[in-house]
Amino acid sequence: MANTSTPKKPTAKKTVVAQNNGQAEKKQTGSSRIKVQKTYKIFINGQFPRTESGRYYPLTLSDGSIVNLCLSSRKDIRNAVVAAREAQEKWAARAGLNKSQILYRLAEMLETRSSQFIEELQLMGATKEAAINETETAIDRLIYYAGWCDKFNAIFSSVNPVSSSHFNFSSNEPTGVVTIVAAEESGLLGLISVMAPVIAGGNTCVVLASESKALSAVTLAEVIATSDIPAGVVNILTGTRKELLAHMANHMDVNAIYLHSNKAEEIKEVETLSALNVKRARIEFVSNWFEPKEENPYRIQDFIEVKTTWHPIGI
Amino acid sequence: MGNHNVSYQPSISPPIDQISVEERCARFQSRSIKGETKVAGLKLALSMIDLTTLEGKDSEGKVKQLCYKAMHPHDAMPGIPTVAAVCVYPTMVRTARKALKGSNIKVAAVATAFPSGLAPLKVKLDDTKFAVEEGADEIDMVISRGRFLQGDFNLVFDEIAAVKEACGKAHLKVILETGELSTLDNVRKASDIAIFAGADFIKTSTGKIQPAATMPVTLVMLEAIRDYYYETGKMIGMKPAGGIATSKLALHYLVMVRETLGEAWMNPDWFRFGASKLANDILMQLAKDQTGVYQSLNYFSND
Repeated sequence: MANTSTPKKPTAKKTVVAQNNGQAEKKQTGSSRIKVQKTYKIFINGQFPRTESGRYYPLTLSDGSIVNLCLSSRKDIRNAVVAAREAQEKWAARAGLNKSQILYRLAEMLETRSSQFIEELQLMGATKEAAINETETAIDRLIYYAGWCDKFNAIFSSVNPVSSSHFNFSSNEPTGVVTIVAAEESGLLGLISVMAPVIAGGNTCVVLASESKALSAVTLAEVIATSDIPAGVVNILTGTRKELLAHMANHMDVNAIYLHSNKAEEIKEVETLSALNVKRARIEFVSNWFEPKEENPYRIQDFIEVKTTWHPIGI
Repeated sequence: MGNHNVSYQPSISPPIDQISVEERCARFQSRSIKGETKVAGLKLALSMIDLTTLEGKDSEGKVKQLCYKAMHPHDAMPGIPTVAAVCVYPTMVRTARKALKGSNIKVAAVATAFPSGLAPLKVKLDDTKFAVEEGADEIDMVISRGRFLQGDFNLVFDEIAAVKEACGKAHLKVILETGELSTLDNVRKASDIAIFAGADFIKTSTGKIQPAATMPVTLVMLEAIRDYYYETGKMIGMKPAGGIATSKLALHYLVMVRETLGEAWMNPDWFRFGASKLANDILMQLAKDQTGVYQSLNYFSND
């Protein structure tokens, strides 16, 4: 932290010096306070458990410090999917306007925590300018999808002309539980650009955060936990794709998977395993998340199903 | 056959140390059961289930469907056992009996003005006799919790003894409804009363009151069974009911039974789970073990 550089109690320090000459020199170089290390946890059902496996992986930050992040296992995915399934129906049943308000509220909370996101993005290698840009774009993107919650159904549904005496109309329903394998290169914006449209459409999700840029995802989880998003709607895990990708793709209780990848073997694995329960698989690679075209309602449409109803008339 | 032809003396029930009971239960839940052991445990748990439907809206169709589920838990997976029994209201016994023809699955009926038990003794006995005449193999009765809490232990004892007599050949399970008994001391007392009055099984709950079965309550009841066995050499069965919906929890209950009562109780004759959701969860776990893929309830019959 920036505000801990000057020692507050010089008198106390002097006493230490007088008593123990051996350690005195070391302490004089900075604050004698021991920095409190944060335990980075995963986010399942509105709570912050450690990974069930008890494992972690170290991440070296740009200031030279090392943090430990949970190396989630397939059982964490299982627990997260149970939570997401439990939450899905209730989340989908909320009015579009209410979902709008909740997403907007999340954006408000992110705005007040923006300095932390900016700091963490820098710790993960971004320049200050890039970090500010990414954080601000991410918040704006959330606001953008908040606006769509109660509008997308109007533009993606239709009344269809049919040549029989039926009133025929199509409306949208959420796909269900979606696993998201978020962009590796863009820890905050890449995650929010995918997560926001998924939940705006009434789905719930289990996110595997970027492995090398995971701090933003953990902090986002902390913001979500104190926002109005119900428990289980968003679940965030940290870990490796190599280990978890198969389980995110083959889980029978998952209705769709989003994979951000340009690696042939990952794409093949997800496509093959998704076929098991005919999961919807949306696979893409976005090289620049800042582009305006990455902000569009069709991202909501990717995770909705169309239900068409034939209603007899004139009988 | 009353287990004893005397009234119940409260002094025979030892006081229960709640803290140590909870500690002990926490330790049962720390066991890690994997691989072959897990599969064997899951199959055992499945074979111990009393598949239950006790809704006001129950219909013959619903009961038939449940009976089919009992006989064919999941035909796509060969080699899995059937459940132990189907548990229904007395008026549904005949339907269940017919639907289960040719299988070894028992029909259990809740009787004695289930779930409140607030009816005159005569009505309770008639209810019991009706269920037995319709073909029930097992009767699940409720005790008069109000009278129990007033300290009227003799009345509770006499009622159980009378119902036991009305059961004839049918097995009697006595539901204590532990969610209404407030303390573990009371649970122990009610267990002793039921056992001494002639219960073949003691059962935690109706499933209509929260909390239903919990591990501490079940442990106290198992200990009552164990103490009675040490004293008389007679075995009494145990049935936790309500609130056991996951395979993991069911396995922890099995650990508790094994470590409290021993191997002899590890079969459907002496231990049952009263549950409706548990069966599908066990099936999903077994399918996960076979396929390596986590399962969805969408692919298992919803009964």
